[in-house]
Amino acid sequence: MQGTNSLMKTLGLLQGPQTLGKGKPFWSAFTLVVALACAYPLFADGYDVGNNVYFFNWAFMALGLSLIWGYGGTLSFGQTAFFGVAGYTYGVISINFGDAYGLTIFALVASVAAAALLAAALGYFLFFGRISGVFLGIVTLSVTLVLERFMAQTAGPEWRVGAARLNGYNGMGGMPSLTIPWFGSDIVLFPDVQLYYFTLALLIACYLGLRILVNSRFGNVLVAIRENPQRAEMLGYDIRVYQLVTFIIGSALAGLSGVLYTSWGNYITPASMGMTAAALPIVWVAVGGRSDLTTTLIGAMLVLAGFQALTIHGSQYALVVMGALLVLTVLIAPRGLVFGLGTLVAGLVNRKPKRQGE
Amino acid sequence: MAILETRALNKWFGGLHVTGGVDFALQRGEIHCLIGPNGAGKSTLFRLILGEHLPTSGQILYEGNDITKAKSFERIRRGISVKFQVPGIFKALSVRQNLQIALQHHCPPAELDGEIDRLLEFLKLTEARHQLAGNLSHGQKQWLEIGMAVGLKPRLLLLDEPTAGMTPDETAATGEMVQALNRDGVTVLAVEHDMAFVRQIAHKVTVLHFGKIFAQGTINEIVADERVAAIYLGDATHA
Repeated sequence: MQGTNSLMKTLGLLQGPQTLGKGKPFWSAFTLVVALACAYPLFADGYDVGNNVYFFNWAFMALGLSLIWGYGGTLSFGQTAFFGVAGYTYGVISINFGDAYGLTIFALVASVAAAALLAAALGYFLFFGRISGVFLGIVTLSVTLVLERFMAQTAGPEWRVGAARLNGYNGMGGMPSLTIPWFGSDIVLFPDVQLYYFTLALLIACYLGLRILVNSRFGNVLVAIRENPQRAEMLGYDIRVYQLVTFIIGSALAGLSGVLYTSWGNYITPASMGMTAAALPIVWVAVGGRSDLTTTLIGAMLVLAGFQALTIHGSQYALVVMGALLVLTVLIAPRGLVFGLGTLVAGLVNRKPKRQGE
Repeated sequence: MAILETRALNKWFGGLHVTGGVDFALQRGEIHCLIGPNGAGKSTLFRLILGEHLPTSGQILYEGNDITKAKSFERIRRGISVKFQVPGIFKALSVRQNLQIALQHHCPPAELDGEIDRLLEFLKLTEARHQLAGNLSHGQKQWLEIGMAVGLKPRLLLLDEPTAGMTPDETAATGEMVQALNRDGVTVLAVEHDMAFVRQIAHKVTVLHFGKIFAQGTINEIVADERVAAIYLGDATHA
């Protein structure tokens, strides 16, 4: 009985004060979107399905940054460090141990753990050293740039871990795709329908899990710290611990992005930790609306699709457009374009019945 | 018995000696007001007690334990609570959520809702419970902040100018609130400028001047002290 009760309570946290969207309309829309996403491979060709997985890959990083920055109020400029570390770790483990017996799944877990461990070590010094604001952004950016530089000079044959060559700027390739052991024959998750469903399921699980987290007691305190860290501390909360745990969770999600990306393309390069790569997640999250998981997710998908379209259709200015988009957002809707639109629609919906009543 | 004691407490900011060897004792169960001209070191003493600043030398004892080097949140967990001068509420959260964050730390989950409701009523904020805290009137914000401080069930409550910007009615109501808490056993240390308010609540008054204890006594003794009047007048003529 008690187990069912606590489960119901946990599920109740799927909606709450820290997330937009509640009640029947939202969850109907959510179900519809999930149903459409599930049906998508039935009427799309293999390339588009694979390309969608590419978008999904980045969503984890965006959600993690939303948690750290949007909910926690800490701007980390270097989430790509965890992306890269996890991607390379996946490469090293899976190249050395192969894809039999579910070892790639082990590699996935170990790589995400490696990213979390790096976040724990870095975060410990940042938060327990009381570094915040712009300095935290500078330090995290420096870390990712240092890692990029380091990996860029690993071209020589001496830079190898077992069978895995790091390969400098050319990047590490040839790692196996994620493979799920199955009776009879293993399921290899090529960037096609199987990987699509695998990534989609992971994404939905992470999104719902994060909704529960931010509406929980932990999430309440996290938002309180964002609003007024001094007051939160003076209510008896060790804010350093909350910030550190948040940073670790968000960075583990960036790591998950890194593993999925590496497995998707069987390839990872130092550029994935470079300046451009580090700046883009900030744009996705800021444009959507960083202080809400749903707007972050929608914003990230739209911006990613737009960026890719610009790049494919030959525009040399895709990055400039991204920069302009960020500036526009900051000027017009500092809380995010999708967030602003969402609040506007919610306001209109709420106002209508009143008018009818008047 | 003293609930809070400072021994030879010193704080230097560079060449500035803002707290000069303060030996201060706060007795359990009293309402004690700290007054003094601007720059007397009242706020610094508060920050030292809260752990926002660490003293250059000296000791702070709380309930007999040395807390000189304890982190702020550790002091709060030991039973100290504070209401800041500028309301330190969480503006983007609802009134109820603000209180929930203050209470959820020590309150068993089953009792949380009832406890919040009781506190809302005590603060006369039941009607406003779903409003964003940032939209409250100034006086309501002050009360909410007091409610958050009280919600921790402190044994020692620090109030930094609790009535700043309040109307006379609100000030009087705040005084009654403080007295009600004191009757329930909460020791109160308040920094306050409003002498009418001090007269209403204080059992004992300490005057700080240039970082040192200048005078101590009941409000009548302090008001009758010509030296105290002189430093206030001196301050007024400089201002």
